[in-house]
Amino acid sequence: MIAVLPVVLTVVALLAGLGALVMLIADRPLVLGSKPTTALLVALVLLEIGLLVQAVVGVVLLNGTDREVDGLTFVGYLFGPVVIVPVAVVWGLSERTRFGPGVLLVGCLSVPVMILRLTQIWAGHA
Amino acid sequence: MPEPTTDLSEATRSGPGRLLIAVYGIFALAATARSAVQIGTRFSEAPLPYLLSAFAALVYILATVALARGDGTSRRVAFVSCAVELAGVLVVGAVSLLVPDAFPDATVWSGFGSGYGFIPLVLPVLGLLWIRRVNARA
Repeated sequence: MIAVLPVVLTVVALLAGLGALVMLIADRPLVLGSKPTTALLVALVLLEIGLLVQAVVGVVLLNGTDREVDGLTFVGYLFGPVVIVPVAVVWGLSERTRFGPGVLLVGCLSVPVMILRLTQIWAGHA
Repeated sequence: MPEPTTDLSEATRSGPGRLLIAVYGIFALAATARSAVQIGTRFSEAPLPYLLSAFAALVYILATVALARGDGTSRRVAFVSCAVELAGVLVVGAVSLLVPDAFPDATVWSGFGSGYGFIPLVLPVLGLLWIRRVNARA
């Protein structure tokens, strides 16, 4: 599909995940207004915007293609991460221990997995 | 004793519990979406695995909600869900290897959850351990 976007989104998700992992290991809970938390949230907002763009572009491409693509599953993997990232943020922010970043780590790691499945389905070997 | 109950509900969904619920939530979403597509588009191709997918999805939803609620009854529901899930992944995992023809299309639990990084195998064990730990505080 779109050559660059899935790669960029994978990198951003992994970097944000790395940041969350560092906070988890360093026992740093999420604190609104603190530098690490703000940096992480900014990265996740950018990730979410990118995922939304990918979802829109993906639907447009799906409508335009003549090839056999499992459309419903494809759309599921387009919008899955769009839903997961904000829910993970809300769920993580309500935790006062190191496991707040832990929740964000899980949310971040689900993104590359779903993008990988997305590109596989687009390529035709679902 | 309303107060200790509330504390334990909070304890169930805090710390490692919150992480556990996050993973359960993602599996509930993934399993539900996958099962909906399977049953909605090609149910007749493999009814048994697709029904099993739907059952797995229900168990994940139940475990997610019960862990997030966290009160005494919910913890019992969550414990049973995790136990059923562990039995499911072990039985389906074994059958899918021994009688591959029974599963023409993969489910979450096929190959002991190998299609999902074996998380379906580890998750119920962590769930059971976590509920046991919270119960020990009661």
